[in-house]
Amino acid sequence: MKIVVCIKQVPDTNEVKLDPITNTLIRDGVPSIINHDDKSGIEAALILKERFGGTVSVVCMGPPQADVALREALAMGCDEAYLVSAREFGGSDTWATASIISAALTNIGYDLVITGRQAIDGDTAQVGPQIAETLGIPQVSYAEEIYDIEDGNKVIVKRQFEDRYHIIEVKMPCLLTALAELATPRYMHAGGIIDAYKKDVKLLGYDDLKDQLVPEYIGLKGSPTNVFKSFTKQAKGTGTILKDLSPDEAVEAIIAKLDERHII
Amino acid sequence: MDFKLNKTHLLQQEMFRRFAENEVKPLAEEMDETEIYNMELLAKMHKVGLMGIPYSKEYGGVGGDYLGYSLAMEEISKHDGSSGITISVHTSLACSCVDGFGTEEQKQMWLRPMVDGSKTGCYGLTEPNAGSDAAGQQTKAVLDGDHYIINGTKIFTTNSGFADTFVMFAMTDKSAGTKGISCFVMDKSTPGLTVGPNIKRMGIRAAQNCEVSYENVRVPVSQRIGKEGAGFKIAMKALDGGRIGIAAQSVGIAQGALNEAIKYVKERKQFGKRISSFQNTQFKIAELQTQIDAARLLTWRAAVSKDDHENFAQNAAMAKLFASEMVNDVCRAAVQLMGGYGYCREYPVERALRDAKITEIYEGTSEVMKMVIAGSMKIF
Repeated sequence: MKIVVCIKQVPDTNEVKLDPITNTLIRDGVPSIINHDDKSGIEAALILKERFGGTVSVVCMGPPQADVALREALAMGCDEAYLVSAREFGGSDTWATASIISAALTNIGYDLVITGRQAIDGDTAQVGPQIAETLGIPQVSYAEEIYDIEDGNKVIVKRQFEDRYHIIEVKMPCLLTALAELATPRYMHAGGIIDAYKKDVKLLGYDDLKDQLVPEYIGLKGSPTNVFKSFTKQAKGTGTILKDLSPDEAVEAIIAKLDERHII
Repeated sequence: MDFKLNKTHLLQQEMFRRFAENEVKPLAEEMDETEIYNMELLAKMHKVGLMGIPYSKEYGGVGGDYLGYSLAMEEISKHDGSSGITISVHTSLACSCVDGFGTEEQKQMWLRPMVDGSKTGCYGLTEPNAGSDAAGQQTKAVLDGDHYIINGTKIFTTNSGFADTFVMFAMTDKSAGTKGISCFVMDKSTPGLTVGPNIKRMGIRAAQNCEVSYENVRVPVSQRIGKEGAGFKIAMKALDGGRIGIAAQSVGIAQGALNEAIKYVKERKQFGKRISSFQNTQFKIAELQTQIDAARLLTWRAAVSKDDHENFAQNAAMAKLFASEMVNDVCRAAVQLMGGYGYCREYPVERALRDAKITEIYEGTSEVMKMVIAGSMKIF
């Protein structure tokens, strides 16, 4: 079983501070980390490998600095790492990113693809499902637990919903998007770090993937998303707290407020 | 000359930092209060390789070096001096005796489980009447056929409260002085070996530092490390390496305390201003950080000289002498910067100040460090 985990290197939002004057994020000097959900995906893959055998490969699309994210994945126990990086890939939106990563996955080969649910810097939750669509394989998003792999080719997954969950049997090759709850990531091993830097991170550039790529679906030009405007969300004023009311009085007070604002 | 850590060391440092913040920091206060080391934490430290950093993968170790080990000691000690000494005694004292002087068979039997994450080691040299004068060992080992019979008492044996593997020293030939001491390794279950309660101390209270008595303890000759009479050399060699760990521990405790004080002065307001805006505060912090960095560089130099197989004893002694005195100054100043709150147990600088003192005492006092340095300089 060949498991491939797709990861993204993101700024550590815990370390991000706001510029007090412009109210925008200060990104300078902010450390980069592996996106949390993706790291759960790595852990889930490593657990599957320990239970059922196979290999775990990790793929990251990004600039050369993303190398350290891949080394971390290797130090956690992944077998091989691929950095998907090329000038032509710059400026890709989720569609183009999914198109490029799909090409990389076709190049590498896979039975089970795991991505994180969404990245903390963009929060789109689109790339995983888009990869599955591009590759034409079944997908289970919001995976909360992987119960089993049956007959060597069927994954039994619990998918979280807002008000319920589904238990789904899905035939490999397939793609799962991992929630942070899927697995608590292990620490890198101190010795694993030494090994990680002895291994090669394989670079997949434009030329390596050109046979699998659709040229009009990559980079800025291949990205249908247009950023119309970006702005800093203004903090809302503090709410009003109505205290010491009986349930009936509370209902009345709320209705009065809604009525006052012409909401109802 | 390159003062930058390489990529491997940087990622190790990051991993040690995350581990320390997530696993050590939340437990440190409670462990200090209860004077009990958390065994789950010990198991976790073994699991991520923190207990076998400078040892070969051939024996199940991490395959790292003393620089990496120093980084670990600093990051862990930033939050807990007790965890620092637990790692240090195991790594640079217990393991190093077997690694440096054991036979291949002994390494497989005793070193492997200590560095692959399954067993914890301790090191017994100090006795009630043999401290800085370690040559004055009263514990005796008498050869009886193919066994030694060991009798005596060791004190302040760090880790002995939970250790599986005991490395210890005993006099095999009193008339030969320092050349009459031998080194032994044994399992905690060896009959006649008894560990007393954790000795009540001012600092590093969670470390398990007990009296260990050896009463007619029979160990086979195959458990003697090195030649008969080589024990003192083995003990001193181990302490040379251990001092790098204590220097790094001192740097960690100091940086941890200063970080807390910096956080505090940026929030605390007096006289209508943040106290970080006072020049006295700024100058004090500038001085303290400079002292910490100087100690860190001495520590790294000592570690690299050991990794490069140079004669590192003087570098290690200088690093420990400077770093251990520095950490006491820094912690005292950190408490002062935080005023009454710094003195409260609620804030970790109070514990840091108590933990700091021992660094000037164990693994050779500051006075012994000066003897080592002056000796290396051939000042007689």
